[in-house]
Amino acid sequence: MIEREQVLHVARLSRLRLGDEELDTLAGELSSILDHVDKLAEVDIEGVEPTSHVVPLENVLRPDEPRPSLERDVALSQAPDPEDGAFRVPSPQAEA
Amino acid sequence: MSTEYEAVIGLEIHVQLSTRTKMFCGCELSFGDDPNVHTCPVCLAHPGVLPVPNETAVRYALQIGAALDCELAPESTFDRKNYFYPDNPKAYQITQAAKPFCANGNLGGVRIHHAHLEEDAAKTIHTGGGGRIKGSDASLVDFNRGGTPLVEIVTEPDLRSGAQVREWGQLLRATIKQLGVSDVNMEEGSLRCDANISVRPAGSDVLGTKTELKNMNSFRFIERGIEAEIARQKEVVSSGSEVVQETLHFDPSTGELHSLRSKEEAHDYRYLPEPDLVPIVPTQAMLDEARESLPELPAARAERYEALGVQEGAALLLSFETDWAGFFEGVLAADDSIEPRVAANWVTGEFAAELRKQDDQPLADARVTPEALATLVGLVGSKKISHGAGKTVLEEMVASGADPEAVVADKGLEQISDSGELEKIVIQAIEDNPKPAEQVRSGNEKAIGALVGAVMKATQGRADGGEVNRLLRQHLGL
Amino acid sequence: MADLQLLAASGSETAARIASGNVSAGEVLDFWLERAAGDPLNGYLWHADAEAARTGVSADGGALSGVPLAIKDIFCTEGVPTTAASKILGGYVPPYTATSVARTAAAGLPMLGKTNMDEFAMGSSNENSAYGPCLNPWDAERVPGGSSGGSAAVVAGGLAPWALGTDTGGSIRQPAGFCGIVGLKPTYGAISRFGMIAFASSLDQCGPLTRDVTDAALLLGILQGRDEMDSTSVGIEGGVSAPSAERLDGMTFGVPRGLIGEGMEAGVLARFEETLIRICELGGEIVDIELPHAGHAISAYYVLAPAEASTNLSRYDGVRYGLRASDEDLLSMYEVTREEGFGPEVKRRIMLGTYALSSGYYDAYYGRAQRVRTRIVEDFDKAFGLVDFVVTPTSPTVAFKLGEKTTDPWSMYLSDIFTVPISLAGVPAISIPAGLAEPDGGGPELPVGFQIAAPAFGEQKLLEASYALEQAIGFDGSPGLEGGSP
Ligand SMILES: [Mg+2]
Ligand SMILES: [Zn+2]
Repeated sequence: MIEREQVLHVARLSRLRLGDEELDTLAGELSSILDHVDKLAEVDIEGVEPTSHVVPLENVLRPDEPRPSLERDVALSQAPDPEDGAFRVPSPQAEA
Repeated sequence: MSTEYEAVIGLEIHVQLSTRTKMFCGCELSFGDDPNVHTCPVCLAHPGVLPVPNETAVRYALQIGAALDCELAPESTFDRKNYFYPDNPKAYQITQAAKPFCANGNLGGVRIHHAHLEEDAAKTIHTGGGGRIKGSDASLVDFNRGGTPLVEIVTEPDLRSGAQVREWGQLLRATIKQLGVSDVNMEEGSLRCDANISVRPAGSDVLGTKTELKNMNSFRFIERGIEAEIARQKEVVSSGSEVVQETLHFDPSTGELHSLRSKEEAHDYRYLPEPDLVPIVPTQAMLDEARESLPELPAARAERYEALGVQEGAALLLSFETDWAGFFEGVLAADDSIEPRVAANWVTGEFAAELRKQDDQPLADARVTPEALATLVGLVGSKKISHGAGKTVLEEMVASGADPEAVVADKGLEQISDSGELEKIVIQAIEDNPKPAEQVRSGNEKAIGALVGAVMKATQGRADGGEVNRLLRQHLGL
Repeated sequence: MADLQLLAASGSETAARIASGNVSAGEVLDFWLERAAGDPLNGYLWHADAEAARTGVSADGGALSGVPLAIKDIFCTEGVPTTAASKILGGYVPPYTATSVARTAAAGLPMLGKTNMDEFAMGSSNENSAYGPCLNPWDAERVPGGSSGGSAAVVAGGLAPWALGTDTGGSIRQPAGFCGIVGLKPTYGAISRFGMIAFASSLDQCGPLTRDVTDAALLLGILQGRDEMDSTSVGIEGGVSAPSAERLDGMTFGVPRGLIGEGMEAGVLARFEETLIRICELGGEIVDIELPHAGHAISAYYVLAPAEASTNLSRYDGVRYGLRASDEDLLSMYEVTREEGFGPEVKRRIMLGTYALSSGYYDAYYGRAQRVRTRIVEDFDKAFGLVDFVVTPTSPTVAFKLGEKTTDPWSMYLSDIFTVPISLAGVPAISIPAGLAEPDGGGPELPVGFQIAAPAFGEQKLLEASYALEQAIGFDGSPGLEGGSP
């Protein structure tokens, strides 16, 4: 079970401005998914190492050699609000 | 009854590595270039890109770990640290949390909790509002710096004062500079230091609530900022209030502390192992290379100099600056009869002062060779010239690169060795200065200084100070 | 020019015709561009013209030169819109090309277009596309499966000879099964992920969707290999060649009986059992095996994949590319952009993943799921100690109806019950058509997929076995391949 408050907190962490109705729907859906997921508690994981990789690799490194960068016009070509060769974003002030 | 408080300080130091390329892509590192000319899909976090770690950055991180006497991890992994900010293009920073490269070290008696490798954020410039966040209407993001390799060094809370932080910080900077893995230039941001500060009753082993002092661009400012924050916290605590956990900025121009993000949402970085990278398992060859590549580091060098009889202060000064240490050792090498203590005093004292006086010359540009300075020190040591005359010669050497013996000959600075001649001058000086002479006779021994000065002036500093003193006292009946 | 021979031909057959001078590469491309342009399935999100299709394509690419390829819109293509079927990437034109696309271009394969998919590959029906669902060529009221639904539908529907897809928990195999074609998910690490828009990084793999096993092998041969842009890429030692096995003598096939049965359609089960009999007829041996923790795979997957996705999708923030829905202040830029830019399933998974990683819940969810994953990996290790292959139906049902599972996320998730354990184990698996079956509740017959999994990097053996079985099954025909419009 996940409370509405908690859903709101997670939405903030996720930077999603959920509407009220969406919030309620999600609280229900997430609760029901988590009910299924909670069955993982049945598995004996005593002393089991976590798996975050299945690739049999280590020490994959790149030589410190420059590769061409993008032309600045190209780098900025997709920017919603390019200005003075940079990516413009609104002020962070309101977030403080 | 009042409680004594002590400060508890831990540091987080970010060191930008001086690799050619960024941590996870092949864009070149730069400083001061036009914005966004060193970017690629990887460091702009375009959809679908993947990081590939820079081999040299890994090597540098291991070297720093070795220099800080750390245990080097047999296996090291990267993690994602999640937070949204425009300077953080993936909205996660690739860093190391669970298994950093280096842990449990020590530098100059301060324990190192760990040191890890990560990527730097981009630069944001706030427009409007005079460049500050407060009052600005927008920010411009420049990703040139984004992705620069950083080693973050985290100390245990072993420091107790601002002055100690400054001294230790200088030792750390000198150590890393010596490794040649970073420019460690605080003004350009290649070395950045944050301090976690709390106070507690002296002798207690409980940690108080800490504040974080951010990003100051010199160790002197850090010292002042820390002192100001310690004073503030002591006042808060002794008045019965509680310190609030916050991030502070110190303004060196006003000496004031400002809260950066007062209503800061509690951070939840949601760390997870970086699935796009595989573990780094340093091979014996990588570990050996890191350890064997270590030059003599400042702390060890200072110890060696002190063992040679060099005074602590001079030993530290010399050790922190590789080029000064080299100069000092050059003086010793030029003339092995010179006592290290004396040579160190000349190098860090008179010589350094003269360079400062003459247009703040950097040592690298100085016209004086270690050999020439050794000759000068020898002339003074063997009493061929007086100490005062030595300074005159040095002034000329720094100005023109002249040979000391030639200057001595030119200016006739050779010490007056004929004590009959000197005695005449002494008697004359007593006659010319009846007032101090009288004062000395009536018991004010300090007044003798004026008479010594007169003799020195008359001899243009060519007299031996000890001899002048002896003769003056003799003639004044002391 | 309706060249029925071209329409029905596999990729390798077309390549052979080009090589023999029977037809020119230009004629082949024109034919397929015209087919793709007539797309009645909403299978394509972007169509190439002749010039765009040839851009960057090697004129002398080798044996498969000239056979055009449909590419899932999850692969970044320089100068060509790439959206991952999301509104948040509407209008996005990448400044670089994915390694897989570069490899197929270097092999001389022109690009027909970018195919529809579930938004950011999250879904099993292609209904989660911001640009409308793709339809199943067998029955326009049914889904093609997902997330590589567009790639499966265009191949089955005669709108492309073959296609690239990606598979995180079944996204190649399940739609291949639903559409009656071959879908191969290689070993994790066999093909570079560079330029493939990430959903769940530790699971995502590129793979081919093709008319037959031979084509799957040939495309895999082009795609596989170590890539210096992907730290997790390994490649397949010795490469891959076209399979030729006719028999399965000496090969053992493990059936995880504990996993099969519940929630399955009768027709699917029937085709599965028949296929087991065929394996025996070809000299293979069927062995019952256990995968004790595979029943928990969906639960573990729906912690791990959303957790990785939640961080992978954080970069869509309105700063550097894509949608920016508000400029009011920084927080609004983030929150409104992401709220408007992502569809419901993507938001659901971001929320689920963020929750599973958040302070206080990590150990209970993410940490636990990673350990359950270890158990599942161990299950497969043990199984492959006993048998050469593990076989299951690809999905418990045939293609379901549009809208049938959209109201209950978990029921949708369960359609990947046979594919997800294999994804967690990182081993290769293929879905080949096992015939047609009537859905529960009646209606026209629809394709059923048969899934075969092999040990890590055992692709060549997997393809040999699949080829022998494919020949024996002799599944033929696809609704789009008889000419005209599907
Ligand atoms: Mg850091
Ligand atoms: Zn870059």
